[in-house]
Amino acid sequence: MEYRFDDKVRYSKTHEWVRVEGGVAVVGISDYAQNKLSDVVFVELPAAGKELRAGTACMVIESVKAAEEVFAPVSGAVVARNEKLEKAPELVNKDPFGDGWLVKVTLSDPRETDSLMDAAAYRKLVETL
Amino acid sequence: MITKLHGWHLRAGARMVDFGGWDMPVQYETGPREEHVRVREAAGLFDIDHMGRLEIAGPGAQDFLQRVQTWDVSRLAVGRAHYSMLLNEAGGILDDIFIYHRPRSWLLVVNASNAPKDKAWLESHARGFDVTIQDRSPDTCLVALQGPAARDVLQLMCPEIDLARVGFHHIVECPLAGAPSILCTSGYTGEPGYEMLLPAENCEAMWSAILSAGASHRLIPCGLAARDSLRAEACLPLYGNEIDETTDPLSAGLARAAVSLEGHDFTGRKALAALALNRPKQVMIGFEMEEPGVPRHGYPIAVDGRTVGRVTTGLFSPSTGKYLGMGYVEVPRAVVGEKVGIVIREAVKTARIRKRPFYTSPHWR
Repeated sequence: MEYRFDDKVRYSKTHEWVRVEGGVAVVGISDYAQNKLSDVVFVELPAAGKELRAGTACMVIESVKAAEEVFAPVSGAVVARNEKLEKAPELVNKDPFGDGWLVKVTLSDPRETDSLMDAAAYRKLVETL
Repeated sequence: MITKLHGWHLRAGARMVDFGGWDMPVQYETGPREEHVRVREAAGLFDIDHMGRLEIAGPGAQDFLQRVQTWDVSRLAVGRAHYSMLLNEAGGILDDIFIYHRPRSWLLVVNASNAPKDKAWLESHARGFDVTIQDRSPDTCLVALQGPAARDVLQLMCPEIDLARVGFHHIVECPLAGAPSILCTSGYTGEPGYEMLLPAENCEAMWSAILSAGASHRLIPCGLAARDSLRAEACLPLYGNEIDETTDPLSAGLARAAVSLEGHDFTGRKALAALALNRPKQVMIGFEMEEPGVPRHGYPIAVDGRTVGRVTTGLFSPSTGKYLGMGYVEVPRAVVGEKVGIVIREAVKTARIRKRPFYTSPHWR
């Protein structure tokens, strides 16, 4: 199976990604993760303003198979939610690094992204799975 | 355990999953949603070889069946098939089955996970009847061709018989690609279609031949995920979800489909008659989410903070674009239009009880 890897984002071991734009981090799940989930049918996003803590479950993605938790790759307050996912959760499958983004958070500790993997390291991890 | 098509699935890149001890394709590369839609619009081919086939034969076969299952088969002509159940003495559902009346025997198609239990149970009830009970699963292969184009696809392979003249739940024999096969107009998707018993030895070749014949009709192989969402839209029960040994056909709303209450004396009949008099406490309902969310098996159904039932199946329904589910609800609440809450991860989301089935195919002709 060939997966896509975005070079401009950083990845967590639990298959979330982060792209920092200014002081704001865009969060999503990887192509590998969306593929493993299979067809996404519902995304339960955290409320705007909610404080996410890195490494803890922050939302749920429901696929045809099961409800899967998404872990916050970084800490910070939710400043934007991808409202498009309410009507079109399949965007997570179709464009995981683009229109299928989940939330934007203000980074409470920008150094947290240093502990995340770059695309090459994440690709290596996926290849072992 | 694996079906006779297991190797084909692996080569096709199917995603495999354990289903009651069977390594089965849950989806192919097409994906569950598209596979579902394809069956509604064109046709899909399913490996259902994991389901058990038990052949009941001998002079006492009909009397034996009248004792052990719920449908009055004295009224089931040769060449017909019918839905039925095996019940325990308390009226609990041991299995839901399909009975084929063959010229010299009866064939029971049973759930994969229940097949060993069913066979042992039937054998334990066979004393005093002149019958043989034979597992025919090893020497046959069972597949399902479903969807509005199913008949046109099959007609290409079976020109000898005018399939338009074969009624619902009828059984015909037809050589498919030269191999003697038994076709039954039935299925588990809510669409017209066929369940087909093929000879075991060339199962894979026939599977491929059907796919090739159907390519121009947009036929694709479909996995268990699509099979589940299709049957759920049609509100067909899944053993282990809607029904099990603690549920009965009356509460499950399946008495009319599966049980002849007047007539033959079958195991569990007394219990069912008593239940019919006292009315079941909980009954099966269908519901539609008014707030988005995916109901799942086992989630509580609540009204005013009190649990009044439980979800048995839930899904995002590709055909209707809605989040739907089925479940058992206490009788006073089990009214179409009634508002209920579905407890999803501690949050109560509003749903409304609606008429079943959720989807009726426009393709029955």
